[in-house]
Amino acid sequence: MLYREAGQFKTSYAADQQLFPIRQDRIGVLVLLAVAFLGVPLLASEYWFSAILIPFLIFALAALGLNILTGYAGQLSLGSAAFMAVGAYAAYNFQLRIEGLPLIASFICGGLTAAAVGILFGLPSLRIKGFYLAVATLAAQFFIVWCLTKFPWLSNNSSSGVISTQKLMLFGHELNTPVEKYLLVLGIVVVMALAAKNMVRSTTGRAWMAVRDMDVAASVIGIRLMPTKLLAFAVSSFYCGVAGALYAFCYLGSVEPDGFSLEMSFKILFMIIIGGVGSIMGSFLGAAFILLLPIFLDVALPFLAELFGLPFASATVSHIQILVFGALIMFFLIVEPHGLARLWQIAKEKLRLWPFPH
Amino acid sequence: MIRKLKPALAAAALSLAILSPLAMAAEEQFFPLIDYRVGPYGSNGQAFYGGFIDYLNYVNLKEKGVNGVQMTWEECETEYNNAKGVECYERLKSKAAKSAGPIHTMSTGISYALVDKAAQDKLPLAMMGYGRTDAVDGSVFPYAFPLVTTYQMQASAIVKFIKDKNGGNLAGKKIVYLYHDSAYGKEAIIAMEAEASLNKFTLVQIPVAHPGNEQGAQWLKIRQEKPDYVVFWGWGVMNQTALKAAQKVGYPRDKMIGSWWTGSEEDVVPAGDAAKGYMAATWNVAGKQVPVIADIQKVVYGAGKGNLQDAGKIGTVLYNRGVSAAVLSVEAIRKAQEKYGKGKAMNGEQVRWALENLNITDARLKTLGATDLLPEIKTSCDNHEGSGKVKIQQWDGAKWVPVSGWIEGNKGLIHPLFQASAKQYAKEKGITPRDCSKEK
Repeated sequence: MLYREAGQFKTSYAADQQLFPIRQDRIGVLVLLAVAFLGVPLLASEYWFSAILIPFLIFALAALGLNILTGYAGQLSLGSAAFMAVGAYAAYNFQLRIEGLPLIASFICGGLTAAAVGILFGLPSLRIKGFYLAVATLAAQFFIVWCLTKFPWLSNNSSSGVISTQKLMLFGHELNTPVEKYLLVLGIVVVMALAAKNMVRSTTGRAWMAVRDMDVAASVIGIRLMPTKLLAFAVSSFYCGVAGALYAFCYLGSVEPDGFSLEMSFKILFMIIIGGVGSIMGSFLGAAFILLLPIFLDVALPFLAELFGLPFASATVSHIQILVFGALIMFFLIVEPHGLARLWQIAKEKLRLWPFPH
Repeated sequence: MIRKLKPALAAAALSLAILSPLAMAAEEQFFPLIDYRVGPYGSNGQAFYGGFIDYLNYVNLKEKGVNGVQMTWEECETEYNNAKGVECYERLKSKAAKSAGPIHTMSTGISYALVDKAAQDKLPLAMMGYGRTDAVDGSVFPYAFPLVTTYQMQASAIVKFIKDKNGGNLAGKKIVYLYHDSAYGKEAIIAMEAEASLNKFTLVQIPVAHPGNEQGAQWLKIRQEKPDYVVFWGWGVMNQTALKAAQKVGYPRDKMIGSWWTGSEEDVVPAGDAAKGYMAATWNVAGKQVPVIADIQKVVYGAGKGNLQDAGKIGTVLYNRGVSAAVLSVEAIRKAQEKYGKGKAMNGEQVRWALENLNITDARLKTLGATDLLPEIKTSCDNHEGSGKVKIQQWDGAKWVPVSGWIEGNKGLIHPLFQASAKQYAKEKGITPRDCSKEK
């Protein structure tokens, strides 16, 4: 009843081509943005900003990057964390070595550097596919981390390879409270997510999906494989690179190469698998699930243990948390193999018929 | 479900109502424990934080707290993961607003991530034997304390130990520095290089890639180089592998000297026979002969409040190290109370002042029963390290035996390195260093 597009007539091409063709969607997105930009800063506590919302947005952006590559262009990658590392270290170096470079510009430069490195490691994708490609991108994971440890110039000769990011200056104003950092991250993520949403329905996005579904058929209908695949690697790495820069500058404040481990790449991969492969929305849902659920369990389990008088040590709680988390992942994969985004889609379809399903 | 829960909820509410006035009555000193007991280094964390909590319990049971202030704490599991560490910090931060003991993370990565945040939130961050070593310069890092000693000072002390063994002259000798190729392993290189040029010995650096369970090539190189000594900076599984590999190529273990993360029981016992004679630096001795350790076992474990599930860990190097960290923390609380009011809970700023003005003498350590658990420590604004001394211990096949007194690294050589690095940090971050001569 509420969510029905009947009666919404498109009278111009612009109206037909807009990002959210259904009016209710547009309103929903606007309300969501209003809540995120205005409501959340008023309500959330410092803990929520620094420990939950900022990492959630950053990982959602990284998952979005991987989703473009894996979900839309069909190229499996295990190097997302490495591309984040490139973005983080590049943004740091641009900020350090170019006097007066605006912060946003160094984030973009970080993203572009990551894109360049991404293209380099995307080259094998022209010859190999599937799991073999995953192994090739695994090389990126190890090589980049090794490279950042090996060459001290990259970390400004820090004796330990750890970089400590510069102050966040935006238009002469220093961003030092969690709220300001949150708004910066949110702004960047919103712009990039909308850009991605637009990109995947454009010619580029359609070409990616054609390559994903069957690359021989795609090349037969005139899609050039090399530029398409490499562009997917570049765009994906750009997103991961910007996410890495945000991770370093707005979240941790200091990062080491070993922090961008294979484990983190897997985490990002799990986010898109849980959230939904080939869905912008899914990247956000997956990031929320993978990041927030452990924290929720961590807080809820000791509370429950106390309530029922169970003698849980903190180590036991961590073990149980890992167990429950693993079980939930399996549950979701069995119940809904297409991810949380698919659940959302089903909900929308049901809503269209509600309250008179037949 | 709700009906089943009701009595439990009611009981919980009731007990809260009864307990809270009591809890309010006594002052409490809160310790945010950002710790780890699971994950790859979980067993190290269990011993360390077990010792830490046992000592806090011991203070509560034995002396009814510090001047009547009870020690309380809350643990948060990091699994040695930086992002989780930051989340834990943010979670415990608000609870630590009123009173906060020093934060010990036992992780270089997490402490790096917390250095700025802790300074902003005015919470003292202790990094005993790890973390940001240039925080020795307190003028730039008011809230970070690399207490007792640092990697660089340790390397320097090991060189001094070798030098003393060789009649005070190292000229023409060859020392191999075999290290874990990570932030941790690379920290000490700068000190080894400085020592090499000062003492005119040849330094050969050989990295081992993480995790270090394959060292054939490295030890082949060592055999070719025929070094007089091997200074060893290993971590985790790399340690036992190195000892076994040394045995295989016939390199004498009593010419190998390791850092303090290579010198616990967990490192040598798996190597079996190969570890005999191997030496490692430490700032705390192992064993239950230390009076306070024996007393903890009696008082805390006697009362059934021990934190360790496996009481066999009591008296191990890492357990004792956890106790030494807690001794320092509690002494800082005591010192803070002397200035800001006895019998009161101390906040982060007050504890920070105390950590900067610690003066723990041998006599004080003896009163605490903690002789040999720590060297003497005297901190100040421009020296957040406070000691820089280590002991060398040797594995005799069954236990660690100290083979030296306290050895101090070459402060004149090493501390300027810290100051230079801290200065660079201050410049990058736009921090104006404090004037240490004006600090009281």
